[in-house]
Amino acid sequence: MADQSKFWRTVIYGVLFLVAVYYLLPLYVMLTTSVKSMDEIRAGNLLSLPLDITFAAWSKAWSSACTGVDCGGLAPYFWNSVMMVIPAVAISTVLGAVNGYVLSKWQFRGSEVVFAMILFGVFIPFQVLLLPMAQTLGVFGMASSISGLVFVHVVCGLASTTLFFRNYYVGIPDELIKAARLDGAGFWRIFFRIILPMSTPILTVTVIWQFTQIWNDFLFGVVFSSIESRPITVGLNNLANTSTSVKEYNVDMAAALIAALPTIVVYVLAGKYFVRGLTAGAVKG
Amino acid sequence: MASVTLKNIKKNYTKDVTVIKNVSLDIQDGEFVVFVGPSGCGKSTMLRMIAGLEDITAGELYIGDTLANDVHASKRGIAMVFQSYALYPHMSCAENMGFALKLAGTPKAEIDERVKKAAEILEITHLLDRKPKALSGGQRQRVAIGRAIVRNPKVFLFDEPLSNLDAALRLNMRVELSKLHQELKTTMIYVTHDQVEAMTLADRIVVFHAGLIQQVGTPLDMYDNPSNLFVAGFLGSPKMNLLEAEVVAASATEVTVKLPKGLVVRSAVDGSNAKPGDKVTMGIRAEHMRLVEEGTPEALPARVDLIEHLGDIVLAYIEIPGINQILCMKLPASMTNLKYGDAINLVFPKEETMLFDAEGLALKRIR
Repeated sequence: MADQSKFWRTVIYGVLFLVAVYYLLPLYVMLTTSVKSMDEIRAGNLLSLPLDITFAAWSKAWSSACTGVDCGGLAPYFWNSVMMVIPAVAISTVLGAVNGYVLSKWQFRGSEVVFAMILFGVFIPFQVLLLPMAQTLGVFGMASSISGLVFVHVVCGLASTTLFFRNYYVGIPDELIKAARLDGAGFWRIFFRIILPMSTPILTVTVIWQFTQIWNDFLFGVVFSSIESRPITVGLNNLANTSTSVKEYNVDMAAALIAALPTIVVYVLAGKYFVRGLTAGAVKG
Repeated sequence: MASVTLKNIKKNYTKDVTVIKNVSLDIQDGEFVVFVGPSGCGKSTMLRMIAGLEDITAGELYIGDTLANDVHASKRGIAMVFQSYALYPHMSCAENMGFALKLAGTPKAEIDERVKKAAEILEITHLLDRKPKALSGGQRQRVAIGRAIVRNPKVFLFDEPLSNLDAALRLNMRVELSKLHQELKTTMIYVTHDQVEAMTLADRIVVFHAGLIQQVGTPLDMYDNPSNLFVAGFLGSPKMNLLEAEVVAASATEVTVKLPKGLVVRSAVDGSNAKPGDKVTMGIRAEHMRLVEEGTPEALPARVDLIEHLGDIVLAYIEIPGINQILCMKLPASMTNLKYGDAINLVFPKEETMLFDAEGLALKRIR
């Protein structure tokens, strides 16, 4: 009996190990390729470890690789993305928290309908929004600017952030709100003094989620930006598609890693809260 | 400290959904009043209206001499203890208890002073620095009560505060609540569906059913003189035995009724308004039925269906031939020799037998 369970355990871990290796293989190839020289890459040993580690490709990808006609590397795109992602994540998260708070704890006539309509936003394919959104941005005078991109991401992110917060707050007992009302707290005081301090897990989940979504977005980035406001995903695309005489795989790989790094960092820093937040049920008083 | 006066209070959620139909009640200063009734009877809604957590559709609510209908919940001078304790999980117990004072801008020294005093009354001083999640159910309930005491309210409201505790702890806390009331002498309104809590805690019980007050009175008076069938069936454990019957003869001091199969029972009630042929319901409590020797006048034959030994008493479930209903009978613990199938004889003493007319209203008992 014990032997049998040990056997199956070994099988399970073996399978998991193989799957993990398979899954991590592309990352391995990217990492090793990005620190190889072009000569070494041409030798054709895709899976071999680098003989001579060089960060030339990284520095080229960051500051001097050509994307179309400019040759300034990914740096300007990277900073565009940073300037877009921080306000967009902050605003959509805060608005989502307030929405969720109202929809769960201050229900009004028709609030369920409003919630259902917001929920609908989660399922709308964003391609459908391109044309009306372009017109809206034009009317507001925000077309082709970073603030325009922030606006688009806030609007499109609200559905998910509202859903996250609303579902989390539904698990907070209503009696807590009643007790706070009896204690003399009003709408905002209850929100800031009672609800927000209890929201750490869901705040983390929402921030990670929104950060990943917005940082990795390509569609809105390519449609609603101009030369000065292009985010990093567009920069990466341009870099990889700009063909000179030789295809510089090491630069492409380094650029892709630079583009992916911030989301990885956010996930590593807050990842344990992510899982915890997704699985957290009702908050017990 | 203050009295609470309800005048023709009504509550509708929508046009058609009426939860409280028309409730008027005077609660004296310092009184411990228990609202009791089955779930959905409107007792909790009534309490929340007094607290200011629900709007009052119609009628007037006075706390002390002030019309409180439109006074904000936090300004009514009330404090409430909830069934789920409703402690703020991210605050320590001391912060929980002082939160209302802090919001009201009370100086920190005074908050500490009052929290400390309340903690001493409840013997939770050693818990003050802990977070609620590190406490047991009973300790949490104490902190919740402490939070109410700190505010020094004119009226305490309790919404089923003991329902989440296990049986032993519930008993304990019940006694402590009684003591607390004696100590503080503040008006307390307590909602429960547990009739034992109601009987033991209350100065006066208010029985709610279907959005109306069924009866108000002291526990013993309610137990002995229920005004209608609902109250009779609700108070007392085991439930009062209720049997369909028909009036045979009626006078101002005694009514004789006929059970199915022609069994005749007399009851000492005022039968001035009853006449032979009226359909009535006969009620008798489990402890009032008497086991007698065969051949005793007016004895009814019965058969034992089930015996429950509770240690201090014996509950016998019996069936009278021809009456398709199980009756419950409370017997002394010494009656250990009764068993399933035994033939017994019993008497319904006429002083203890109650009658309810076709509308369910009690006929006045003569005692």
